[in-house]
Formats: sequence, C-alpha cells, structure tokens
Amino acid sequence: MAGAKNRPLAPHLSIWKPGPAMVVSILHRISGDGLALLGLPLLLWWLAALVGGPEAYATLVSWVWLGEPGNSLKAITSVLGKIALVGLTWAFFEHLLSGLRHFVMDIGAGYELRINAIWSWVVMIGSIVLTAAFWAAVLN
Amino acid sequence: MGEGTSIGKVRGSGSAHSGSHHWLLQRFTAIANLLLVGWLVVSFALLPGFGFQSVHEWIVRPLPGIAIALLIISTFWHAKLGLQVLIEDYVHESANKFACIAALNLASFGGAGFGLFCIIRLALGGA
Repeated sequence: MAGAKNRPLAPHLSIWKPGPAMVVSILHRISGDGLALLGLPLLLWWLAALVGGPEAYATLVSWVWLGEPGNSLKAITSVLGKIALVGLTWAFFEHLLSGLRHFVMDIGAGYELRINAIWSWVVMIGSIVLTAAFWAAVLN
Repeated sequence: MGEGTSIGKVRGSGSAHSGSHHWLLQRFTAIANLLLVGWLVVSFALLPGFGFQSVHEWIVRPLPGIAIALLIISTFWHAKLGLQVLIEDYVHESANKFACIAALNLASFGGAGFGLFCIIRLALGGA
C-alpha cells in the first residue's frame, strides 16, 4: 500500500511503566488462548469419552486425573492434567471477569486511572478466589 | 491513495480493512458464553461425582443436552474470533496469515461439528 511505510509513529513508545491494566490485558489473551487451545480439545475428548462408554471414560480419567499403577507416563500426565484443569478453571474466571470489565469499558466507563486500576485488581484477585471456591465445591 | 482528501487517505488502511462486525460478534458470543459456560461450571460443582455413571446420567437429560449443544456453538465461535485476532496480531506475512486463518476455520468448524455430533448421540441414546 502506497505510503504505508511513512505512517507516523507514536512518539512515546519507549516511555511506559507496568500497571495492573496492562497485566489484565495480557492475562485476558493468555487465558482466552488457553481456553481455546487446551480447554475446547479437552471438552471434546470428554464428550467423546462419554459417547464411547465406561471404558473410554476410564481411559480419559486415568490420563488426566487418576493415573494407572505401573504406568510412569500416566503418572506424569495425571499431574499435568490436574494442573491443566485447575489452570483452565482459573482461565475461565479470569477471562469472564476481564470480559465483564471490557463490557464496562465498551460503554465508555471505567477509564479513570484509579478506577481502572481498582477493577483490574478485582479481576485478578476475584478469579483466584472463584477458582478456589469452585475446587472447594468440587472436592468437597 | 495519495492526493485525495484526508479521510480518503486513511479509509481502508486499517490492518484488516474491516472489523466492527467481528467486534460485535465477539461480544454477542461472549454473552452466550457467560450464561452457558457459567451454567456448566455450576453444574460441575453440583454433580454428585465425576465417574461415568453420574456424569452420563446427567448429560443425557434434555436440558444439559441442549445447553451443551448451544455451548459448543458459542464457545467455538468465540474461540475462532479470538484466535483470529491472535493470528492477525502475530502473523504478518499475508500468505502465512491466510493459511493460518484457513486452518483455524477448518479446526473450528470441525471441532464444533464433532462436539455437536457427540452431544446429539448422547441425548438420543445412541451410545
């Protein structure tokens, strides 16, 4: 495209400091991509295992959660599976709360520096609290 | 381009040449995800257990069936829109970008189709 290389650059690209809004923005992308690239395939595996019957379902559970006596590969994947499931729960709550924050900002509200920082912290802390509450309910 | 009016010089020069439709769909599917995945997470917390019997007994009922079918459509749609933005941000070479977005479309429709087939089969008692 003609002239595309001569478009103006913002003059202050190198002058910035980290803040909560920046972290939430990055977490929004990380959590969304994690849910899409790991969460959805796991959801499909889970549904397919339910279609497959009790044996297929037990195979999924042994890979992702329980492991299998004498199987060292599943010993590793069952630990990774627990990390992944807790991580996906956190990613869901993080993406949900962060998404709600986006809805508020979409209507033009919440851009004042102090308010914006407060809600960024609410998103980060709230997602951890909700993740803990979910697993407390599941494991209870 | 070139010697036209100010608006004429910038029109169509955005990175993707369009976007408000994509932006709105991202919001509409986000609202659906909020309801449907929220429902799924609460259902998980209320399930008596995660063994085959208790999950199967629950998922073959009509309400979980239709909710999961809708959930598959809205989450895969939302994920497709979000990953497309990821690709547009990080894959700059236009042929590679096209290939990535084409693959993303195949994976999204394929995944959603597979998930819908599974839940319909469960709901109609084929397994």
